[in-house]
Amino acid sequence: MSLTDQNKTNKSFFSSLGEHQGTDDFLRGLWRDNPVFVQVLGMCPALAVSNSAMNAIAMGLATTFVLTMSNVLISLLRNFIPKEVRIASYILIIATFVSMVDYVIQAVSIDLHKSLGAFIALIVVNCIILSRAEAFASKNTVGRSLMDGLGMGMGFMFALFCIGSIREIIGSGTFLGLQVMPDAFEKWVIMVLPAGGFFTLACLLLIFNHFKLKKIKA
Amino acid sequence: MRKITLNISTSPHVIIGLSTDTIMKHVVFALLPAAAFGVYAFGWNALLVMMTTTVGAILTEHFLCKWSDKPSTVSDYSALIAGLLLGMTLPPIFPLWMAFLGSVITIALGKFIFGGLGNNVFNPALVGRAFLQAAFPVAITTWLQPFLPERFYSVSSSIYAWPFMRPTVDAVSGATPLSAFKFDKVSTQAYDMAMGICSGSVGETSTVFIILGGIYLAWRKMMNWRIPISIILTVFVFSAVFYMIDDKAYPSPFFTIFSGGLMLGAIFMATDMVSSPITSSGVWLYGAIIGLLTVVIRLWGGLPEGVMYAILLGNAISPHIDNLVRPRVYGTTKKLKVL
Repeated sequence: MSLTDQNKTNKSFFSSLGEHQGTDDFLRGLWRDNPVFVQVLGMCPALAVSNSAMNAIAMGLATTFVLTMSNVLISLLRNFIPKEVRIASYILIIATFVSMVDYVIQAVSIDLHKSLGAFIALIVVNCIILSRAEAFASKNTVGRSLMDGLGMGMGFMFALFCIGSIREIIGSGTFLGLQVMPDAFEKWVIMVLPAGGFFTLACLLLIFNHFKLKKIKA
Repeated sequence: MRKITLNISTSPHVIIGLSTDTIMKHVVFALLPAAAFGVYAFGWNALLVMMTTTVGAILTEHFLCKWSDKPSTVSDYSALIAGLLLGMTLPPIFPLWMAFLGSVITIALGKFIFGGLGNNVFNPALVGRAFLQAAFPVAITTWLQPFLPERFYSVSSSIYAWPFMRPTVDAVSGATPLSAFKFDKVSTQAYDMAMGICSGSVGETSTVFIILGGIYLAWRKMMNWRIPISIILTVFVFSAVFYMIDDKAYPSPFFTIFSGGLMLGAIFMATDMVSSPITSSGVWLYGAIIGLLTVVIRLWGGLPEGVMYAILLGNAISPHIDNLVRPRVYGTTKKLKVL
């Protein structure tokens, strides 16, 4: 069934969620089309704020919120936004939610806001969000866009959490701020430096591609 | 009647017999005196460090070849050289588990990930050392005094640190001439450094033996002699200029060329055939850039030593140098523009 057919036949709110359609949209973002490990999008925050598991979770949550909300809103407005100014409109919608996240994080924890730095504001230009708006939310129903946003957001958070945990455990000997390594553990300083982000991401991509190739061969 | 076997083949019919592994073998021979002097100066510590990196590099190469279903390329000596060179750039009391990790990185990230020997962008040994420098900044700057009386009777406990554990330093640590100058403004006699009577990495202290090895390789035409000459000349001239401006704040040019890993880097690392330019004029430029960067990092950088980063940066731009000094194609009048 083509996408336009779906839009015509499923006009009501959640009716497009077939038996497994919603779960499928969700799981696709979380695993099969994982934004970081498979699509290799959003590298800037994935490398920059994954130096600890806590930062990774915070960044993941913020991105998930923006992604889900902007997906829903763009999907709702998809028939009203003129094609010529769609990108500008998407950016405006995304920026609104990013500002909200920015203020919420400042209110919850100023330390977290400091450690994430400019990368909260930079969620606006995160290519995952714009690509989901352009490729999915502008063509699909609200229900499916919601599930897609959630899945992609959780997938992004999962990837960031993997990178952040590895970097934090090896680079600082802690996990979520708690010490997990013995006192005499020699910290690999390089893992909390930007180079460590590249190494960790490369190793994880290697593992992902290894499994993908195996699946294709089989 | 005797049977005569006739081989029918295309040219060349006369071959000189120089293959990759022959050259590599001679590079190992040229390295051995300097390595032996390292063992003499720092005792069994130095031997253990160099053996660990060499064995680690060979094992990594072998297993990576096996893993990727390729014939093992251990026998071309390149892994041995990379491991030995890495060991020679490490401090004598470097924990063995870190040295092993460094040799794995050397082969896996420095060479194998690009497709093995001949495809590496950077000098593999320096990739390994740069990783270790960034990962373990304390351990890699803990030096041992040379010619300690007990060096052949005991081994420092820091060598035996448990894997992933912080080493305990019990040995008499000593500052290298470079760090002494950088942090305390204490200058060392150039003669002492040339003779190797100073603290430093395992294989970098005996300048005389390194130069002898270099002369041997240059004589056998197995090394491009222009690279070390160009690097050392640039370093000498550039640091002489600053020494003449202010002889209190800047080290003398003799100090600069004999200290640290400059000789080892210039003669054995910058001359890596894969990662250096191929044209003769390009090679002069390459050496000059490395020399310039070395002096800049040493004089104004945060670290006392800069040869490693200078060579890595030189490696990174060597394809561009080759492009820049592309020779005129025979028979044409203008230089061909190929990007």
